Amino acid sequence: MRLAAQLIDLQKHYHLGEHTVMALRGVSADFPEGDYVAIMGSSGSGKSTLLNILGALDRPTLGNYILAGYDVGSMSDDELSEIRNRRIGFIFQSYNLIAQNTVLENIQVPMLYRRDARRISAADEHRCLDLAEKVGLGERLDHRPFQLSGGQQQRVAIARALVNDPEIILADEPTGNLDSATEKDIMNLLTALNNEGRTIIIVTHETSVARRAKRQIVMKDGLIERDGMLLTEDGK
Amino acid sequence: MLPFGNTLRAIRLAFKSLLLHKLRSGLTMLGIVFGVFSVIAMLAIGEGASAQAQQQVLALGATNIIVLSVKPPADSAQASGGGRGRSFGLQYGLLRSDYRLLRGLPKIVGAVPIREIFSETRYLQKTPNARVVGCTSQYPDMNHLTMQRGRFIADADEDKLLNVCVLGAGIAAELFPFEDPIGKAVQIKTYRYEVIGITQERTASAAIGGSMSGQDYNKDIYIPLKTFQVRIGDRVATAQAGSFSAEQVELNQITIQVRDQKDVLPTAEVIKESLARTHAGKKDWDVVVPLELLRQADQIRQIFNIVLGSIAAISLVVGGIGIMNIMLATVTERTREIGIRRALGARRTDIVQQFLTETIVLAGAGGLIGVLMGLATPVAFEGIQWVVENFVLDSGTQNSPLSKMFTDMHPKINWFSLPIAFGISVGIGIIFGIYPARAAAYMDPIEALRHE
Ligand SMILES: Nc1ncnc2c1ncn2[C@@H]1O[C@H](COP(=O)(O)OP(=O)(O)OP(=O)(O)O)[C@@H](O)[C@H]1O
Ligand SMILES: [Mg+2]
Repeated sequence: MRLAAQLIDLQKHYHLGEHTVMALRGVSADFPEGDYVAIMGSSGSGKSTLLNILGALDRPTLGNYILAGYDVGSMSDDELSEIRNRRIGFIFQSYNLIAQNTVLENIQVPMLYRRDARRISAADEHRCLDLAEKVGLGERLDHRPFQLSGGQQQRVAIARALVNDPEIILADEPTGNLDSATEKDIMNLLTALNNEGRTIIIVTHETSVARRAKRQIVMKDGLIERDGMLLTEDGK
Repeated sequence: MLPFGNTLRAIRLAFKSLLLHKLRSGLTMLGIVFGVFSVIAMLAIGEGASAQAQQQVLALGATNIIVLSVKPPADSAQASGGGRGRSFGLQYGLLRSDYRLLRGLPKIVGAVPIREIFSETRYLQKTPNARVVGCTSQYPDMNHLTMQRGRFIADADEDKLLNVCVLGAGIAAELFPFEDPIGKAVQIKTYRYEVIGITQERTASAAIGGSMSGQDYNKDIYIPLKTFQVRIGDRVATAQAGSFSAEQVELNQITIQVRDQKDVLPTAEVIKESLARTHAGKKDWDVVVPLELLRQADQIRQIFNIVLGSIAAISLVVGGIGIMNIMLATVTERTREIGIRRALGARRTDIVQQFLTETIVLAGAGGLIGVLMGLATPVAFEGIQWVVENFVLDSGTQNSPLSKMFTDMHPKINWFSLPIAFGISVGIGIIFGIYPARAAAYMDPIEALRHE
């Protein structure tokens, strides 16, 4: 099975004056293509730090992160940008839409930063409309983020994450700000994406969310404590 | 660097985000607006002042050389006056022999000797004072005078020592408010002179340096030089405050014309050498070269432009600092947006481009408005002139040379200054935009995303 991402003895240190915080202290894991992983663990265990490295927003201090065959640790800032643009789709807890843009414009943002085709073609426009339709926002293309509910904003974020057709979707507590009914809708969307063959890695505190994944990783103090099919759809 | 379509889109985006904060963008722009406006206005005023000076100098004739009699300072006057005999009074200045000498120099195409006095003139009950000028037939050509009616003095008038005169437009109106002056006789000193012509009105020439007073041609009365010499004479006596003084002057001025502008300066040198020799070192003459004055005026213009331009440029820099200040605030305010764009794949150069474009659009729009306002400089200046004339100057100062210079001045927009001022405003946008844009681009994306 081909690997979407591979972590080899990954460490991340933060230097705070004299002090060094070891946010990750040696994490190794393989993420096969089409995997659906939930990362869990107590607060401060390093989940977000790990996800940021997986998303090429940050470089590891030590160890290697191999993404689609490239070693991300040795990439330039521009190359990291390209990786994020082409291969990663981000979904954040606080949606992170651009406030002054409409729904459609928000979905289009990643297209503006493609290396090869920065102009938004008619086909691109069509694709954005399709995605908006897919997440159930076909009627609200001209709305601005403040005119939408949290769940609707998160749908926009999902459409935006998909627009450049990435292999990996990364989500950091995507349902953290949503009620359980909306959470279910969003998780259904993510499950559907996984069924299309996309690799999904999601950080969460909720067992109800983690249960939807095929595999769970539990972090503790910057290390992986447990890794495997710890929860199933039907109960413990 | 970037495809055209992208640049256009970037500009549209910049406009959009600037319009989100209309008041803030407008206020920020003001600095540049007034900076550009003052650059254009200052240059226009400098240009107008120099055009005025140039016009006055050109009125003297660019191919002319003016040789003047100069009264020597008082102490040396006593010495020379005493030497020549008390009864003649003070004798000084250009001689008729100087005229014959200078007329014969190479390159010279014309020479007009002039003798002038200020005297009372009379027709019936009217007795205005006028400048009585003895001159030859070439005088109107060299002084850009044209005839309104009749004819100017001819060589034949001189040969026959005729008592004829030509009136300036102003003095003609004063002497003959209701009658046709042609054919009438005007009395000057002891003789009467028949009016044969009236000159067209002509704007006064400016006072140049210390040696030439301004000339109001409209109050002149011209008579043939030989007639002047015979009827009025070289010697002029004036009685003032109990003391009696007399001067003996053959010619007050010789205006010399050369064929070509390049001959002006060398010929002036030759004239100076000749006069130094014939006057044996006595400095009772001076040579004024309008062309040289023109060069000086041009240099003064350049100095003015640089000084005024620099002052205006300071306001542009202040405007630039204002823009930079606001852009830094904007970048901080939009930290989150920057983090989002970076996470979605924007490179540092994309962020730099986004914010730099915004600054340039802001500065450029300000520059454009400033240019439009600059175009209104002449109108604005007229308003200032109106205020000055009506509220600052009183009847005593209204006719002083300085206030006249101000009220007669018309700003001249230098068309080059428009694109240059606009270009500078865009340049200011680039210079003061780079720092905030780089500050935005070099933020850590993760921290930017966490920013509240
Ligand atoms: N930029 C940073 N500078 C210094 N220390 C940091 C930085 N980012 C994270 N840390 C530290 O690294 C550790 C892991 O943080 P991280 O954000 O990954 O935790 P988390 O598992 O996501 O917690 P939570 O569930 O509360 O989101 C924490 O101790 C945190 O204080
Ligand atoms: Mg976290």
